[in-house]
Amino acid sequence: MVSTYHYLFLGAALFTVGIIGVLTRRNILVILMSIELMMNAVNINLIAFSHHLKHPTGQIFAIFVITVAAAEAAVGLGIVIAMFKNKETMNVNEIDIMKW
Amino acid sequence: MLELILFYIFAAITLVSAILVITQKNVVHSAVFLASTLLSVAGIFLTLHAEFLAGVQVIVYVGGILVLFVFVMMLISLERSTTERQFSRQWMIALIAAAALIAELGYVIYRGKDSFVLPAADAQAAADTLTGNTEVVGTALFTSFLLPFEIASILLLVAIVGAVVLAKRKTQVD
Repeated sequence: MVSTYHYLFLGAALFTVGIIGVLTRRNILVILMSIELMMNAVNINLIAFSHHLKHPTGQIFAIFVITVAAAEAAVGLGIVIAMFKNKETMNVNEIDIMKW
Repeated sequence: MLELILFYIFAAITLVSAILVITQKNVVHSAVFLASTLLSVAGIFLTLHAEFLAGVQVIVYVGGILVLFVFVMMLISLERSTTERQFSRQWMIALIAAAALIAELGYVIYRGKDSFVLPAADAQAAADTLTGNTEVVGTALFTSFLLPFEIASILLLVAIVGAVVLAKRKTQVD
């Protein structure tokens, strides 16, 4: 029998992988993908609790998280294209105009 | 028992391909492994009896967001990005921070294992989940969560307009 804790540990591990991706990579596309990984980790937790409590609210929350993820990916990739047109780079370390 | 085997298979695929997503040098390979991660997360949702969410996961993530990623990779030149350095200089600090995070999360979940007893679900709710997942989710979405649902549509509209404005090519008029 799979307990809710199995899913919580899986969510924590997936979230940590996403964090490592955001902190160590310099390619902005991989950073966006890592954010998607973290959102998936959150969804696993939400649905695990929804299953545990036998209540659909967690799944509704997961639907909204997926909506926000889709909006975030669209806007984020728009920013990536605008950035690439201006600076010809995907490297976040070179985007430092605002840095003082 | 079957559930446990399926859970471990899907969890292993999820974690291994998630690690491959963040370690591959080529972004296209990362995208392929991201697809495998997202599909196995959909499998995890199936083991949790969230069939509707599994379908949404496959359609929206794999069919939508991932295709968007691949389109962007097509638009920008990939040759340059594969030769650039891919990992930042502070990766050691990042790994230490992440190790601290996973230790913290693991400790909290492990400690809560016994004290964290959730109330038993009432029989009515348990019966509801048996009648079909899509039905239950749809009913909740269109009754208790109608206002957030409508606000989500406005969010999507704003995201469409924002993406178009950001990625628009400069025209002669500008």
